[in-house]
Amino acid sequence: MEQWISNLKAQFILNFIEQDRWKLLVTGLGNTLKITLVACLIGICIGVVIAIIRSTWDKNHETMRKGFGKGLLAVVNAICKLYLTVIRGTPVVVQLMIIYYIIFASSRNGIAIAMLAFGINSGAYVAEIVRGGIMSIDAGQFEAGRSLGFNYVQTMRYIIIPQVFKNVLPTLANEFIVLLKETSVSGYVAIRDLTKAGDIIRGVTYSPFMPLIGVALIYLTLVIFFTWLVGKLERRLRDSDH
Amino acid sequence: MTTDVLIKVENLQKYFKGDMIKALDGVSTEIHKGEVVVVIGPSGSGKSTFLRCLNLLEMPTGGTITLEGVDITDPGCNINLHRQKMGMVFQHFNLFPHMTLLKNMTIAPTKLLGKSKEEAEKKALELLERVGLADRADAYPNQLSGGQKQRVAIVRALCMEPDVMLFDEPTSALDPEMVGEVLDVMKELAHEGMTMVVVTHEMGFAREVGNRVLFMADGRLVEEGTPQEIFEHPKSERLQDFLAKVL
Repeated sequence: MEQWISNLKAQFILNFIEQDRWKLLVTGLGNTLKITLVACLIGICIGVVIAIIRSTWDKNHETMRKGFGKGLLAVVNAICKLYLTVIRGTPVVVQLMIIYYIIFASSRNGIAIAMLAFGINSGAYVAEIVRGGIMSIDAGQFEAGRSLGFNYVQTMRYIIIPQVFKNVLPTLANEFIVLLKETSVSGYVAIRDLTKAGDIIRGVTYSPFMPLIGVALIYLTLVIFFTWLVGKLERRLRDSDH
Repeated sequence: MTTDVLIKVENLQKYFKGDMIKALDGVSTEIHKGEVVVVIGPSGSGKSTFLRCLNLLEMPTGGTITLEGVDITDPGCNINLHRQKMGMVFQHFNLFPHMTLLKNMTIAPTKLLGKSKEEAEKKALELLERVGLADRADAYPNQLSGGQKQRVAIVRALCMEPDVMLFDEPTSALDPEMVGEVLDVMKELAHEGMTMVVVTHEMGFAREVGNRVLFMADGRLVEEGTPQEIFEHPKSERLQDFLAKVL
């Protein structure tokens, strides 16, 4: 037992303390959080726009007057559907590598590319979350907005979307937690995120246990923290549910 | 009652599901300034569809609606501007649940009429005062009773200073003891000379406040006349049947 503990201590010192290896983990964690946060924001922007287009089509295409507007909406809606199918139908690692090695082959700003790639990926999932939120708002809310004289976009902006956000915020926060873990594949395109940092240490010290378990514990702590935060948020929203 | 025509409806048609269901099958009428028109009829007769066509919440299949001389069914017409002149009150209130009453009432005037926040709030508070809810200005809709919600919905529409108010069964979703307070607000509005089109099952209101009653059945305007003519001397068998059931 005593030997086991002293062995563990030696491992800890070797993997984290020696040559300030813990700094790798800190930098990696920073990159992971940066990528996740920015990707989440990009995802929400893409997702909301697509959700509005898709739900507009779903609700109105049967009653719309034929003409340029309807044709344009049909084309844009088809493009959105294609985006959703492709993004949700392929692995995020493959998407990341395609964006890194093909689309931005001349750029080596890995972190910015990862933000974009994960943002585009997350946008597809956010779009479906928000679309569900929009479709669940009572049609009477649209009608009340329109009857006051708001046009479609104003009704969305002032009346529908604020209500949708309140309803889907917990689900969006969960999407953020999922995204946090998904960014662990960033190492595929030479980004030093948290996972990659652990792997680099493993490669140097030839002892996999400490760095990998360490990385896992950091992820776990983060997820538990954010889950707790989401729970708090949900309770706050319920309390203010007038 | 003056004879200025505010809304002219000609041969209005609304078909659903292709041409399978004829919700409105050629309705023509005129709504004059200052008039209170009450639309009655059995459920499924098309009276709500008729009302919802007036501000194009339902797009008519055929026919024209002319508001103050402008054909609003023309595709080139900006319906949003015309809807500002037509206040609407719904069966299920449709207040915005994420806004306080004051915000419910000021959002449209500030965003659409370019009113300042102070100006819009002053007007909103005056109107809330009139319906006895000034002290609830900062409450949220779900903290109100049904009758209170509907009173707020009425004054929300009035904040836009409309030329005509459309009521779509405004008391049908209310508990019986709350019907009176909403009808009182509507009566007061009528006495002030507001042009109103009211779809309702409240025959007492139709008789007392209505200048003209339209009786609809099967998507058609079967009979129209003064409340006396409709309630005391119904001509068509359809109307006699209907009145026998509801009175």
